[in-house]
Amino acid sequence: MTSSAMATARSASVSAAANDPLTNVQLKYRSQAVAKPYFVAAIGLFVGQIVFGLIMGLQYVIGDFLFPAIPFNVARMVHTNLLIVWLLFGFMGAGYFLIPEESERELHSPKLALITFWVFLVAGALTIVGYLAVPYATLAKITGNDLLPTMGREFLEQPTITKIGIVLVALSFLFNLSMTVLKGRKTSISMVMMLGLWGLAIFFLFSFYNPDNLVLDKYFWWWVVHLWVEGVWELIMGAMLAFVLVKVTGIDREIIEKWLYVIIAMTLISGIIGTGHHYFWIGAPAYWQVWGSVFSALEPIPFFMMTLFAFNVVNKRRREHPNKAAVLWALGTGVMAFLGAGVWGFLHTLAPVNYLTHGTQITASHGHMAFYGAYAMVVMTMISYAMPLMRGREANSNAAQVVEMWSFWLMTVAMVFITLFLTAAGILQVWMQRMGDTPLSFMATQDKIAFFYWLRELSGVVFFIGLLLYIVSFFVRGNERASA
Amino acid sequence: MNTAAPGLVAPPRVPGDLAMWFFILAELAVFGIFFAVYGVARQRDAALFAAGQAQLLLWPALINTLLLIAGSATVAAAVRAFAANLVAAGRRYLLATLLLGGGFVLLKGWEFAGKFAAGITLSSSDFWMFYLSLTFFHFLHVILGLVIVAAVYLNARRGAYDAANHDGVETAAAYWHMVDLVWVVLFALVYVAH
Repeated sequence: MTSSAMATARSASVSAAANDPLTNVQLKYRSQAVAKPYFVAAIGLFVGQIVFGLIMGLQYVIGDFLFPAIPFNVARMVHTNLLIVWLLFGFMGAGYFLIPEESERELHSPKLALITFWVFLVAGALTIVGYLAVPYATLAKITGNDLLPTMGREFLEQPTITKIGIVLVALSFLFNLSMTVLKGRKTSISMVMMLGLWGLAIFFLFSFYNPDNLVLDKYFWWWVVHLWVEGVWELIMGAMLAFVLVKVTGIDREIIEKWLYVIIAMTLISGIIGTGHHYFWIGAPAYWQVWGSVFSALEPIPFFMMTLFAFNVVNKRRREHPNKAAVLWALGTGVMAFLGAGVWGFLHTLAPVNYLTHGTQITASHGHMAFYGAYAMVVMTMISYAMPLMRGREANSNAAQVVEMWSFWLMTVAMVFITLFLTAAGILQVWMQRMGDTPLSFMATQDKIAFFYWLRELSGVVFFIGLLLYIVSFFVRGNERASA
Repeated sequence: MNTAAPGLVAPPRVPGDLAMWFFILAELAVFGIFFAVYGVARQRDAALFAAGQAQLLLWPALINTLLLIAGSATVAAAVRAFAANLVAAGRRYLLATLLLGGGFVLLKGWEFAGKFAAGITLSSSDFWMFYLSLTFFHFLHVILGLVIVAAVYLNARRGAYDAANHDGVETAAAYWHMVDLVWVVLFALVYVAH
């Protein structure tokens, strides 16, 4: 019997017991199944993020849409906070799935992982309800922000009590995974993943320091935001991508590990001092304009290497994995991360350019494609690979995979258009508002570029349809089993 | 050298670890961009840069150039020695590289101390910003190069390398040559070119 036929027979025979982790033969370690609720929650919150994105996109052109129930600033906060929270759920799920398999042993405490899940979900949900139910200032008062003021900074708007909750959840998560790694096999993938996750938790601690000096305040804020997305998150991303690629291509670990090391070295060389590209106009010394420009100009390199890495190992694959959708997500991550984070980041990273583009729709275009291409897509790569296994099959049926691939293309192409429309809006905004002899006011400029906001909203609707289709793909059964 | 019959070409081989070459490429890219930005800034304020350059001492930089080039020679000699299975000589060449590099660090440290004592900082002027950024960034690379060569030297003392296996020595040598190459450009650009 060929291996694929065996896999087919095996997956057919276990389909009845598919959802029972105790009898799931696809999972190497039963405790990996704790990743499932994390992934489900991640997708649910992702839907919430897009709903608020659509609301806010409409508010760009119809200013009083849903006002005063959901003001723009609240919609924006919910949109960005949900993004971060669902990605964290995704990273945690990925950690719980990946670390036991790499360490070749069961998770230290699956029960703790489930408790942590519910604590995180309830805390996250309460925070979002708080954002929507009461004015932000009231929320600050209710949650005792004056005792330890941490609220009010973009992306870090969570009440202090939520932040403390996040730290506790992160500690329990890291404890659980670290104990698993320490007692088990240590691989480069698990080491890089752990380095990234520990870095994520440690840099989050800067969000508790809220100095009165605005320059210092910005430094500490960027040490969370930048050192996350242009530092340690890239390590998490590299490890997740490497893990899935090892599984679906059958390429020697040695080759994948070498790529991983070089990517990480480049990430850290360019990314740490590259933080300086946020110091241009915050009151930091002028030399940061040179340091920040030079080092951040190199930040596309690790992303480009991830693209090369993904295509290289898929081309040289030693096996045909039946989960074609996961391979598509992995390749897509490589391309879109490079475009969104690398190319669109480079567009406005040099100080003389940023002088004009700072805080315009150019920034928004980069933010959208980078977050989707790098982090949303790598989480979906992981979910795409792991979810069928947790549901008792090596891969979903062909029918389900076709739907999933449709959702991939709809979301990805829609995101390309969102980015292009925002870029166009941004270029016009810079031109009308900041260049020329008779610059327009901010709001007058916004009116002039409304056309592009409509197109962006339309692309957003397509993205949302893609996301719904993605969810549908989990429920498509299909008789025909996917084969290699 | 492979002198096999025509048609039997040896597969192309990169000395040392391929990952190190990626790293070297990235390092050269950083320095390359930095040098280019220096060139642009210098062109825009030639008088300021000329005045700054006039305050730099040429002789310590010249000695440092010789020290690094000599270090490159000894590390290359080390690779050849290990390839010829002369492991004792290889070890001595590695030690010589360490001493030469150490000399660079001391002399450069003395130069920095003088500048700091004179109150020069990154914010003194554009010239001093570039001078300190470029030379200090390179200085850190010399230290990293020394750490790599020292690690290889310690391995060599344990007898880790011979004619069949001295990839580690080649890797360290490649990195050291990069550090040397960047310095030669930096020396010409910052100390010599007026």
